[in-house]
Amino acid sequence: MITITTQDGTQISNKDSFNGEMTATRPGPVFVASLSLALAAMTSLALADGAAISLNGNTRGALACTTCHGAQGEGIPASGFPRLAGLDAGYLRTQLDDFALGRRANAIMTPIASALNDDEREAVARYYAGLRGSASMATPVPERHSPGARLANRGRWPQGLPACIQCHGAMGAGVGASFPALAGQSAIYLENQLHAWQQGMRAPGPLGLMKRVADKLSAADIKAVATYFSALPPSHPTPRSKP
Amino acid sequence: MKPMVAVGLAGGIIAAAAVVIVLMTQGDPDTAGAVKTGNSEVVATPVSNEPASLFQPPSEQDLPDDEFGRIVKLGRDIFEQTQRYAGPYVGKTNLRCASCHLDAGRLAHSSPLWAAYVSYPAYRSKNKHVNTFPERLQGCFEYSMNGKAPPLGDPVLVALESYSYWLASGAPVNSNMPGRGYPAVPKPPLPRDFERGQRVYEQHCALCHGTDGAGQQDANGQPAFPALWGEKSFNWGAGMGNIKNAAGFIKANMPLGLGGSLSDQQAWDVATFMNSHERPQDPRFKGSIAATRAQYHDSSDVMYGQTVNGQLLGQGTP
Repeated sequence: MITITTQDGTQISNKDSFNGEMTATRPGPVFVASLSLALAAMTSLALADGAAISLNGNTRGALACTTCHGAQGEGIPASGFPRLAGLDAGYLRTQLDDFALGRRANAIMTPIASALNDDEREAVARYYAGLRGSASMATPVPERHSPGARLANRGRWPQGLPACIQCHGAMGAGVGASFPALAGQSAIYLENQLHAWQQGMRAPGPLGLMKRVADKLSAADIKAVATYFSALPPSHPTPRSKP
Repeated sequence: MKPMVAVGLAGGIIAAAAVVIVLMTQGDPDTAGAVKTGNSEVVATPVSNEPASLFQPPSEQDLPDDEFGRIVKLGRDIFEQTQRYAGPYVGKTNLRCASCHLDAGRLAHSSPLWAAYVSYPAYRSKNKHVNTFPERLQGCFEYSMNGKAPPLGDPVLVALESYSYWLASGAPVNSNMPGRGYPAVPKPPLPRDFERGQRVYEQHCALCHGTDGAGQQDANGQPAFPALWGEKSFNWGAGMGNIKNAAGFIKANMPLGLGGSLSDQQAWDVATFMNSHERPQDPRFKGSIAATRAQYHDSSDVMYGQTVNGQLLGQGTP
């Protein structure tokens, strides 16, 4: 059981929500949470409250996102739980849909995403897109000619392998809803994704690009490039870039 | 899933048959010539996809650690981040040199600098005299970057020339190197078509370049994918505005990492679609669209001055 402290200082546990006790008839902090959810629903075009979901999950079995993705969406890099703060809302929404529909295989996320309805997925995606996250740990940026830096910035064109930054933006800042930020992301998470594409555990993505890219990388390449991006400072979220 | 199957098939055929693509090196293949140049003997050069048969530029790690090496590095930086390092000469565009010359000017069939460098001086009918390499670079700024030509001797041109010279280390002068320019794509079975091109664009290109062709910026506001038409794109005088050049670049290199996946027909159709949109005015504008077309764009491969969907092209962007 994980205990979470809410913004007003009261403590709730994610176990409560699992037991289905999180109802408006029950007094206490949970009632307050439900009330604020209801108020938010009235004031923000009937959209669910992403912040509340991130803290509490929902009554249908979705765990609190903060459990694994950190209080400010910074993730738990050492365990491979990805950073969500500042990622594009459209990208996050697509991932939740993909987990729910089986296009991304993940034992933890599939049941959680399936327990969120459309509104809740949208709300939680927008919530994390707007977070800045805490500063990542001060890791020295690898030098320009390290193997990871070269793959990230130059690719390996004789093999038809584009540089990561050609689609994911300079410094891995992310481009639109289809090319997520890589800077400051958990290295273990990035490695896991590239291996997942190689093994067909993750849908190949738009135009099948990521499967093609991943297939051209060795295990050493993957480790090098994931380590490189994890050490870059995360980009600051800005309003969605126009296509 | 249909496009995926097509991509897979095309890739398979290329890999299995190890197709030898016969490339026709054109008169002015270094992307410039909306108009043909004088040295336009058509040379058929058989080129295989084996990297070994193509010129290999030196590795960046071998750059000399001296004054010359420093200027070469500056040239590479200008090439990759043109706005940042050559801002005064770049127009409203979100393009950079490396947008059309992939792998920082190293990639064969993407107008590599090593092949261009050894091809000058050359007569070009675009301006009807013998052009030196720095003068050729000026044209890129004026047309492709929709900006203004750095004066000869400007540090920007010196750095770009130094970078090109170094990339061409060991390359034979005046030899029409395999991989120069963009490959000539054979004429497709069907006449090229705007609407088929639009469908190709929506399926294969809009993901990166946007449905409005304006490109995309990254989350820090830096240019990411280049604009293919509209006010932020290259102007009507650029070589990429020629459908034949654009089809060659697209066929060989697009989408990024999936080069060769489009059919010849798709490449011609989507190049036609791309170049049938408005873009910044040709800086050589003669006072009327008709006169400018007659002087500089009198080719079926250029849409300037032609009418598409009721719109006369060549009016420029605001």
